[in-house]
Amino acid sequence: MWDYIKLIALGLVAVLAAIAANYARDLPYMVNAIEIMLAAAIAFIWVLRTMGGPKPSESEYFDGVIRAGVIATVFWGIVGFLVAVIIAFQLAFPALNFEWAQGYLNFGKLRPLHTSAVIFAFGGNALIATSFYVVQRTSAARLFGGTGLGWFVFWGWQLIIVTAASGYILGATQSQEYAEMEWHIDWLITIVWVAYLLTFLGTIFKRKEPHIYVANWFYLSFIVTIAMLHVVNNLAIPVSIFGSKSVQVFSGVQNAMTQWWYGHNAVGFFLTAGFLGMMYYFVPKQAERPVYSYKLSIVHFWALIFLYIWAGPHHLHYTALPDWASTLGMVMSVILWMPSWGGMINGLMTLSGAWDKLRTDPVIRMMVVSVGFYGMSTFEGPMMSIKAVNSLSHYTDWTIGHVHSGALGWNGMITFGALYFLVPKLWSRERLYSAKLVSWHFWLATIGIVLYAASMWVTGIMEGLMWREVDSQGFLVNAFADTVAAKHPMYVVRGLGGVMYLTGACIMAYNLWATVAKQPRAAAASVAAVPAE
Amino acid sequence: MSKKPTTKKQVETTGHSWDGISEYNNPLPRWWLWTFYACIVWGVAYSIAMPAWPIFASGATPGLLHSSTRADVAADIQKYADANKPIEEKLVATDLNQIANDPELVDFTRNAGGAVFRTWCAQCHGAGAGGNPGFPNLLDSDWLHGGTIEQIYTDVQHGIRDPLDPDTNPAAAMPAHLTDGLLDQTQIDDVVQYVLQISGQQADAAKATAGAEVFANNCTACHGEDAKGMQEMGAPNLTDAIWLYGGDQATITKTVEFGRAGVMPSWSYAPEGGTARLSEAQIRSVAAYVHSLGGGQ
Repeated sequence: MWDYIKLIALGLVAVLAAIAANYARDLPYMVNAIEIMLAAAIAFIWVLRTMGGPKPSESEYFDGVIRAGVIATVFWGIVGFLVAVIIAFQLAFPALNFEWAQGYLNFGKLRPLHTSAVIFAFGGNALIATSFYVVQRTSAARLFGGTGLGWFVFWGWQLIIVTAASGYILGATQSQEYAEMEWHIDWLITIVWVAYLLTFLGTIFKRKEPHIYVANWFYLSFIVTIAMLHVVNNLAIPVSIFGSKSVQVFSGVQNAMTQWWYGHNAVGFFLTAGFLGMMYYFVPKQAERPVYSYKLSIVHFWALIFLYIWAGPHHLHYTALPDWASTLGMVMSVILWMPSWGGMINGLMTLSGAWDKLRTDPVIRMMVVSVGFYGMSTFEGPMMSIKAVNSLSHYTDWTIGHVHSGALGWNGMITFGALYFLVPKLWSRERLYSAKLVSWHFWLATIGIVLYAASMWVTGIMEGLMWREVDSQGFLVNAFADTVAAKHPMYVVRGLGGVMYLTGACIMAYNLWATVAKQPRAAAASVAAVPAE
Repeated sequence: MSKKPTTKKQVETTGHSWDGISEYNNPLPRWWLWTFYACIVWGVAYSIAMPAWPIFASGATPGLLHSSTRADVAADIQKYADANKPIEEKLVATDLNQIANDPELVDFTRNAGGAVFRTWCAQCHGAGAGGNPGFPNLLDSDWLHGGTIEQIYTDVQHGIRDPLDPDTNPAAAMPAHLTDGLLDQTQIDDVVQYVLQISGQQADAAKATAGAEVFANNCTACHGEDAKGMQEMGAPNLTDAIWLYGGDQATITKTVEFGRAGVMPSWSYAPEGGTARLSEAQIRSVAAYVHSLGGGQ
């Protein structure tokens, strides 16, 4: 019965998408409609062919979707880093905005492709895959929703990535940073996200452990908050249901404020809370040590999620935003400093008693550096939110450096650590193919981040000082183009840092592939869903 | 979990375990807690001192310090405006040609005009005023519309071919000879060879001879019999090595075929109810600045 409902729904989606493609008013909308039609058709065939198959055993964990998620994370990671390197060099050498690719592959088109690829494709897949892994293990329960719901979330997310990316290249954007997806893709995201929430919550509801593990608090807060942020920031009225263009419901400074309430909490909940969930499982697992402090985890969790949601206005200091909102954003950001550091303390102190592993285990080293970068950027963030500092740093490359020390250092490295942990477990291999390659990855990535962050500090502070420099009569000393020219050498250094980071990720991809392809199978690992006690 | 605890005092775990992970019952680190409290206390104090709490329908609490970023900026601008007022008044009252003889005005226009140039002019003419294809070099003595300070001043004031400003310099546009059917392709190819020849470049002699006639019949009205250009028409000298759009065969051909009509905005134009982008003192400053760059006549 359930299968028939699925078939009818999928068939309906395919037909409606075909109609939408036929009546499409613009190219990106038509391409997106065709993509959705194809996805629904393939899913239809898949459901049809697997109908009436054996039901999976409730006593086994559902790991197939996590394996797919791991592969997708690595794949989108490399895509995102590659686009990153291209746009970094486009900024250093504008001639790389080739004439023949104008309108498709110039910086303006590739930049949102890069940010969405690394945040939503790489980060999103990492979060979905690890949260499915962690919630099953720490709840001692199989993923809720049979196999269908998990696969729907996974493939739905890939469809969103593909439709968003093709839309960007063809020109569909609502021009809101990190929320560039147009209204029809926003609907897709909403549907998939509700399914994700359902899967996650359902698994927690049927857990066999008496308590909910701290990692799951963070994952859940991330899923719930992102749902709220996504819906409110994307309130828009489409110009036509057959076209991609839409008009935002909020306008002017209200729109800016909503956008940065969303934008900052995309950082706060997607890239911080979600990844803290990852940290709270994989660090103690890899270190084989208990978490440092249960009390600290409670206090910093509630303080973090309460405070983060207020911090958005610090993106709009010295703009049309009223002073009072600016003050509140700054105050909340500064108070947020310690709650953020609570996660760092819990991560680092979990390793006390196991510090010797830093010498022998490159995966632990990766996780420690990741937590270190987390601590650094969560100090830098509150500092930059202070108005006096912000008047220098705003609109400069310092912001870009700050974001990347967090993104490359914290999000990237903790994800790499989790991937190195997961692959041998998920494919039942005794160990990774090569610890030496992990070491190579570690050093390439770390030095790459240092080059990136250091070069952006230099250019950021330099251009900030150049912009504000006035002579004794109050006249500006530098032309904007002077600051651009002055930044060139550091842009090359930044690009090289990106190349190193990308190279490290490629080494990881090879190492993980070789782990699956070349390592002997481990003696029947237990995948049974049993409580720990 | 039989590993030895790390803290000096024996700390118990909470007793729960998830997939083999347990948690110590360590207290909150003191320094962490006190720093957190200190941040909160500072936050409360700061939000009392500064505008912070929204009040329904009446803005927000002004804060004990009555701080306002808008007022700060306005005060900053006013400070410099007041300081520069006497000299700006003097600049506006001085004859343009006398600016260069007054050391005080020379010093002021170098800074003020330079700042105006870097803010408003550098986008097209380059930060160093060296020009870009389509935007003239302002450092040399080759002037399309005149290089005296009065001429520079007038062109900054009203722009070149700016459709908004009725007083703009209406300099004749280069016609699109091909698209408007003024010349056929052979004639264009010939006249291009002629222009290459008179500008001292490699040219096909036979075509250039034919082109000379085309030139005499079609181009001299603006560029002059000697092809040395006319400032009143805004027509460039074609016999030197200085080119606005480019002096190679392909670019000249494109120029003849499709025409050219570069636009410089009017800087004194003010829309209904609006203000001009530059004040009289700023326009005079930047005119003096450009005139002083080396090419001024």
